[in-house]
Amino acid sequence: MHIPDGFINAPTSLAAGAVAAGGVGVSLRRAAQTLQERQAPLAGLVAAYIFAVQMLNFPVAAGTSGHLLGGVLAAVLVGPWAGCICVAVVLVVQSLFADGGLTALGLNITNMAVVGVFGGWAVFRLLRRVLPATRPSVVASAGIAAGISVVLAASAFVVEYALGGTGGVPVGTVLAAMVGVHTLIGIGEGIITALTVGVVLGVRPDLVYGASDLQAPLVLRSQPGPVPGR
Amino acid sequence: MRSSNLRLFVIAGLLVAVGLALVVSGFASSSPDGLEKVAGDKGFLETARDHTFADGPLADYTVEGVDNERLSTGLSGLIGVLITFGLGLALFALLRATRSRSGGGKGSEPTRAP
Repeated sequence: MHIPDGFINAPTSLAAGAVAAGGVGVSLRRAAQTLQERQAPLAGLVAAYIFAVQMLNFPVAAGTSGHLLGGVLAAVLVGPWAGCICVAVVLVVQSLFADGGLTALGLNITNMAVVGVFGGWAVFRLLRRVLPATRPSVVASAGIAAGISVVLAASAFVVEYALGGTGGVPVGTVLAAMVGVHTLIGIGEGIITALTVGVVLGVRPDLVYGASDLQAPLVLRSQPGPVPGR
Repeated sequence: MRSSNLRLFVIAGLLVAVGLALVVSGFASSSPDGLEKVAGDKGFLETARDHTFADGPLADYTVEGVDNERLSTGLSGLIGVLITFGLGLALFALLRATRSRSGGGKGSEPTRAP
């Protein structure tokens, strides 16, 4: 999913750079307002974990592989604002590894840190609203939203290719191929995301931002019996 | 009590990330990823230019000078995980600091990722 230099022309890359800067800028501001003390080390861990798992390409079809993008995983664990920053940090660090072109950094942040995180988060929120308020629902919602977020990020690439692709390949051809292969990759994304969210929910449910609504009723529930002080 | 628990969780999580990047990465598929495959099949892969850091010491998730392929990939992963964690931690700590100073208000614009 990492776009190298050259696929997309300079004006489109610049425009995506503006979108990326805007998305990350707003996320920085909102995260600064909302991030709780204990979430800072957790957000650092989420970024490091995504970097690690992005290295683990899994085979999806003959001669094709895919890897985690991590947008929904980050958003569900630390919230969409911090999540966007986590993925952007990963993409910046990956430049040191010659992964994703420097002139394409704005495109890649737009696709994976902005569209992948906020698009996927919107799907997650929608699913949470439809499904019952239980931990299995959180895991399922995270997995499904993660899978869809990969297709959304791939579609964002197709939009960029339509606007400024240098290869001259028909957009419909690119769209069909990108959505097809990234639907398969999305299945892997969904499984890894659901597994990770499931494990964290099992160990420290209070650290899962996307399940914070499940905490309150548990804490407030009172034992039946005499009320003290009456 | 809670915070030492959190520290334990973060350390354990970091160990998992290090394990994945250091060991499991050597067994990852080396096939082209979705975008690269589509670009190759549909004929726009040749529009890609070499990365600015293509000759850098960590290019393509290897460590320059380490010949064993899996070890080289693993070490590059370890370096990447540590850099990412350090950068993330510093950035989020900085964000927290701007909030503490401005009392939860808008605050000054924090450093922006390039």
